[in-house]
Amino acid sequence: MTFVTSFLPQDPAKTAVPIEKSPGYWSGVFQRFRKDKLAIAAGVIVLLLILMAILAPLVAPMDPYAGRTIRRLRPIGTTGFPLGTDELGRDMLSRLIYGARFSLMMGVTPVIMAFGIGSLIGIVAGYVGGATNTVMMRTIDVFYAFPSVLLAVALSGALGAGIQNALVSLTVVFIPPIARVAEAVTTQVRNRDYVEAARASGANALTIIRVHVLGNVLGPIFVYATGLISVSMILASGLSFLGLGVRPPEPEWGLMLNTLRTAIYTQPYVAALPGAMIFITSISFNVLADGLRNAMDVKV
Amino acid sequence: MLVYLGKRLVYTIPIVIGVSIVCFMLVHIAPGDPLVSVLPPDASEQLKIQMMAAYGFDRPYYEQFFKWCLRAIQGDLGTSIATGRSVTGEVLNAVRNTLLLAVVATFIGFFFGLLFGFVAGYFRNSAIDKIASILSVIGVSVPHYWLGMVLVIVFAAQLNWLPPTGAGPGGSSEWRPDWAHIRHLILPAVTMSVIPMGIVARTIRALVADILSQDFVPALRAKGLSELGIFGHVVKNAAPTALAVMGLQLGYLLGGSILIETVFSWPGTGFLLNAAIFQRDLPLLQGTILVLALFFVMLNLIVDVVQTAIDPRIQRS
Repeated sequence: MTFVTSFLPQDPAKTAVPIEKSPGYWSGVFQRFRKDKLAIAAGVIVLLLILMAILAPLVAPMDPYAGRTIRRLRPIGTTGFPLGTDELGRDMLSRLIYGARFSLMMGVTPVIMAFGIGSLIGIVAGYVGGATNTVMMRTIDVFYAFPSVLLAVALSGALGAGIQNALVSLTVVFIPPIARVAEAVTTQVRNRDYVEAARASGANALTIIRVHVLGNVLGPIFVYATGLISVSMILASGLSFLGLGVRPPEPEWGLMLNTLRTAIYTQPYVAALPGAMIFITSISFNVLADGLRNAMDVKV
Repeated sequence: MLVYLGKRLVYTIPIVIGVSIVCFMLVHIAPGDPLVSVLPPDASEQLKIQMMAAYGFDRPYYEQFFKWCLRAIQGDLGTSIATGRSVTGEVLNAVRNTLLLAVVATFIGFFFGLLFGFVAGYFRNSAIDKIASILSVIGVSVPHYWLGMVLVIVFAAQLNWLPPTGAGPGGSSEWRPDWAHIRHLILPAVTMSVIPMGIVARTIRALVADILSQDFVPALRAKGLSELGIFGHVVKNAAPTALAVMGLQLGYLLGGSILIETVFSWPGTGFLLNAAIFQRDLPLLQGTILVLALFFVMLNLIVDVVQTAIDPRIQRS
């Protein structure tokens, strides 16, 4: 630009204007995100949920494991138990607060692990191409050929109940979709002129991946992965609901929902509470991910 | 078209083989003895070896796999360890019930999903678009097993309008098209329909908005075509994608029905999976998952072929 403008007749009023640094990509993302009120509200709820999980011992009014059958299934609004008590007489409010620890951990961890493994598989397959790509992606396709709930239930059903097995199953479920997105964007980036130019100027594969590929593919993959957290929350709590994830007496929302099923005739509102927590968390992550996608202008 | 069909079939074969290997391996990633549920804890070593041989668990993996595949092709998925009955028979009975639930749910979900999606995409950024968008976000983020519980609480426990569980009166698991059975179907089907509704509404809204922004729309308007006529063009352009989403959603519902079936004690494949998992009946688990996964692969194949048949542009790209 400066080269071209220097040939134009100089306007004395304009020459004095100092050069402004053009706003970068991230500041544009931030500007767009700031205007999205719904996404900000969702982000605030997610932050509050995370804080609630971290500070559970400080905020919870009672011990989430201490129950007494004499005060079982109290309604919402009972003095001392603002959200009632569960089928073993444990304080629902405290259990819901502590439940955030288990449920968030169970929902978010698989997506983070799948983000790492899936990106690695997809980027390598997309960058190397050829037969390596075919073998890797066809293997991924096999796992993608299972409906996600079925694969999660099949794996954790075979491995047996427990937190670890549920986390492994969910990670396996989320690797294929992430790897496919990673492979698609990497293949696109790999054929761009700047990658060609870097290769022509003698850069080795690792440098190209680090400098040119990662910077351009991690954004879209990240946005796509955030969108999966909502599904992962529902699936993870679903596994515990089936008795395949977190086990009693731990307070996990899906598991609490299952054990309270017997109470739908006596205390319907108390019985529905854990599910409402899963719903709030899942919808907040969903809206937040949508906001991120729009702000970062990613199409996946 | 024939070339495409051939290519698509050839692509499906390795997927089917891969899916079979994964299902087969399920038994072998399971910790402990596959026969743990039938053998008494103090079973003698000799009895154990005998039983292992009877079920074929003593052979090498690849041999077991080939035998399993050969028998599966002939329609024999082995014997349930817990009940001693044929896995094929159990799965077929259950699949019928799940299929009924999933098909009805797909239709309900599609009707409302298409309605919301078209209206929202057509009147973009209007109040009605906002409402439809909110409904679709709720549809994709609601834990459906919880929604099922809430519906049971409202319509069965509180209002007493509909039965809370089961597929028919008196625990009937054979479905008949009479009112007593339809009443049992309403709550689970409506619960299940929320998932495709949200996804379809979302997809169609974006698709309709995209179609309306294409050049041919102003051209049609300039030609003097009525709004209804333009709507017809939009529908025609959106149909292949809508059909594809419908097919895939049906597959997802079939495979993912376990949570809803647990809430409503619906006697389908989910119920069977539940029993298989908690009685550690691995042949039953393996067989049910194989059938459901192959269903999904076939649906994918049919969707792709049908989509290409009605929209030749897909084949060219």
